[in-house]
Amino acid sequence: MNDLIIAGILMGGAGLVLGAVIGVFAKLFQVATDPRIALVTELLPGANCGGCGKAGCADFAKSVVAGENLPGKCPVSSREQVAAIALALGVDAGGGFPKRAVVRCGGDFEQVTRHVNYNGVADCASAMLIAGGPKGCRYGCLGLGTCARKCPFGAIEIINNLAVVHEELCVGCGTCVAACPRGVIALVPANAAAHVYCNSPARGAEKRQVCKVGCIGCRKCAKSSPDQFKVDGFLASVNYEADPLPGAAEVEAAACPTDALLTAERHLFIERNEPEGVAK
Amino acid sequence: MNKSSRGVMTFKGGIHPAGNGKELSAGKPTQTAPLLAKYVVPVAENAGKPPVPVVKKGDLVRKYQLLAEPSGFVSAALHAPTSGEVTGIIEVPGSMGVPVTAVEITADGLDQGEAPFEPLSDWRDTDPARLLERVGEAGLVGMGGASFPTRVKLSPPPDKPIDTLILNGAECEPYLTADHRLMLENPERVLTGAAIIGRILNVRRLFIGVEINKRDAIDALTQLAGGYGVQVVPLAVQYPQGSEKQLIKAITGREVPSGGLPMDARTVVQNVGTAAALADAVTLGIPLVERIVTVTGAVVNPGNWKLKIGTPVIEAVKFAGGVTGEIGKLILGGPMMGFAQRSYEVPVAKNTSGILLLPEDEALNYGSGGCIRCGRCVQGCPMHLMSCALATAIESERYDLAEANHVMDCLECGSCAYVCPARRPLVQHLRRGKAEIRKRRTAVKK
Repeated sequence: MNDLIIAGILMGGAGLVLGAVIGVFAKLFQVATDPRIALVTELLPGANCGGCGKAGCADFAKSVVAGENLPGKCPVSSREQVAAIALALGVDAGGGFPKRAVVRCGGDFEQVTRHVNYNGVADCASAMLIAGGPKGCRYGCLGLGTCARKCPFGAIEIINNLAVVHEELCVGCGTCVAACPRGVIALVPANAAAHVYCNSPARGAEKRQVCKVGCIGCRKCAKSSPDQFKVDGFLASVNYEADPLPGAAEVEAAACPTDALLTAERHLFIERNEPEGVAK
Repeated sequence: MNKSSRGVMTFKGGIHPAGNGKELSAGKPTQTAPLLAKYVVPVAENAGKPPVPVVKKGDLVRKYQLLAEPSGFVSAALHAPTSGEVTGIIEVPGSMGVPVTAVEITADGLDQGEAPFEPLSDWRDTDPARLLERVGEAGLVGMGGASFPTRVKLSPPPDKPIDTLILNGAECEPYLTADHRLMLENPERVLTGAAIIGRILNVRRLFIGVEINKRDAIDALTQLAGGYGVQVVPLAVQYPQGSEKQLIKAITGREVPSGGLPMDARTVVQNVGTAAALADAVTLGIPLVERIVTVTGAVVNPGNWKLKIGTPVIEAVKFAGGVTGEIGKLILGGPMMGFAQRSYEVPVAKNTSGILLLPEDEALNYGSGGCIRCGRCVQGCPMHLMSCALATAIESERYDLAEANHVMDCLECGSCAYVCPARRPLVQHLRRGKAEIRKRRTAVKK
């Protein structure tokens, strides 16, 4: 009985002393953290995509609280989410219009010639080093999926050796733009419905030799809607600063002879439903 | 120094490719190719800055006439391989997969021209600076494969003293026999070249390293070598014996420091073909417009041809009697370090040592597995790198780790991939890593 009491006193005493020591040191070495950082981190999407230029959401939250960035810099958050952060911190929401990525190429293996039987590392940057990759076109999508693997949101699908962006999943963080060694992917306003699916500045005849759906620079689109489309050399593009942006009606009116100009919806539909094969 | 078990010089590491294919063409004397109707002389095939064409469409050119002049220090002149009319400055498929500019010459069938430079038959008494100037005028580049302008290689900065010259006659690549035939048929040209380079660099120690599977070439060179002050060094048959750094190690025992060049080991290495072309430029006054090319593999009649620069590969294949069976790959250079081609229209350049048509059953796609950590690649690497660890680092984009482990010293010789039991494409990973690191270094500089 006596032993039990002694042991209890000793243990309790030791606990008290050590607890006091820990308490003192905790006060001495305390690091002041701003509770707002945790709050903002909580309100951010938590995808850690790096689209804001910071090393993940917590880092971005820190910079927002420090006043270096406005909440709108996060490309992933919806307007409501941005507004909630702005309200919580009492700052301006900031930020521009939401963006989306678009792979400016329609050259899947059905449309573009395959000039070598590439059997090396399945990575676009590696394929570039070997005779410029498997496809005949030197400017198009390599189709080996480096962007798809990098996308934190799973928004890029490789269909028949062509990267296709799913607009409803894409948040416009730009990770894929940096990952693509060919520079085929661009960030465009999220409300743009039509795009020119070609990235090749080569001459029309040259493109025609290797690809069925390359832009041949015929200027039909620019003639039908001069404000919405522009042609630079042999490559047409959508004028993303136009208001209103071109939609299905303008695409229809342009009647692109090679189907390089398409609405995103139609592009995805074609890629989904085309039989697999190799153009020759 | 470093001796193999058979008592000849060698280096540590490397591989021994089985059945090296040299028997197809080693016994075939060099033939001069018949004149073609058209040549496409590639302008931008040398390392460094591409030269600038000085002729235009419609110009009539004589053989040996200047087609393009160097555009900087690291650049080489280009001359007409035959007489005829310039029918265009066009784009042709290049050996690296991207189109290159080329001067198209429609031959007049006469193949006439005068030597544009004064022959310096008394080169033993000629001012070395004058000889070096001639090297530049004649458009000489490294003919072993790298295509680096020879003039630059022979102008080491004053703080890098050179005391040794090594001529590279190892020809360690399987299938290739162009250098072998050259040394056997024209040993005096090779040795004259060696002596001239020795005079330019003011060095007394002149070596020529030859693998012992070319016994006849070694004998031919040894008979004459004494008169030129050159020592013939038999080397073990081991790949990559013909790599500069390995050759220096094997012959002199010196090691080129990591990230350094042969001149850091007080040595200059030149290919035997370059030496022979240099001898012609000095003693005959003619520029580099043709070279010996081994056309081999799945062709009817494999052999060695003296081809003019600008000969389309398809024509060279026709000289060899055309193809036999299914072709798996067309490779310019040897099977280890050569480049697979996408087109038979690629022209022969100054550095094209071989045209190899690999039969389908030799160009297999094995697929690749994961690294099993066996370390065979580490034993095989002649630069003593850990290819397995480097490739894994690069796959996971840890370029910093790869750089710290000296990926930049990789020769891309392919020994690691050759021995890898998991068939990992190690060289491709390493090449990508090197490209990425180089890109980052230039980005930092800017």
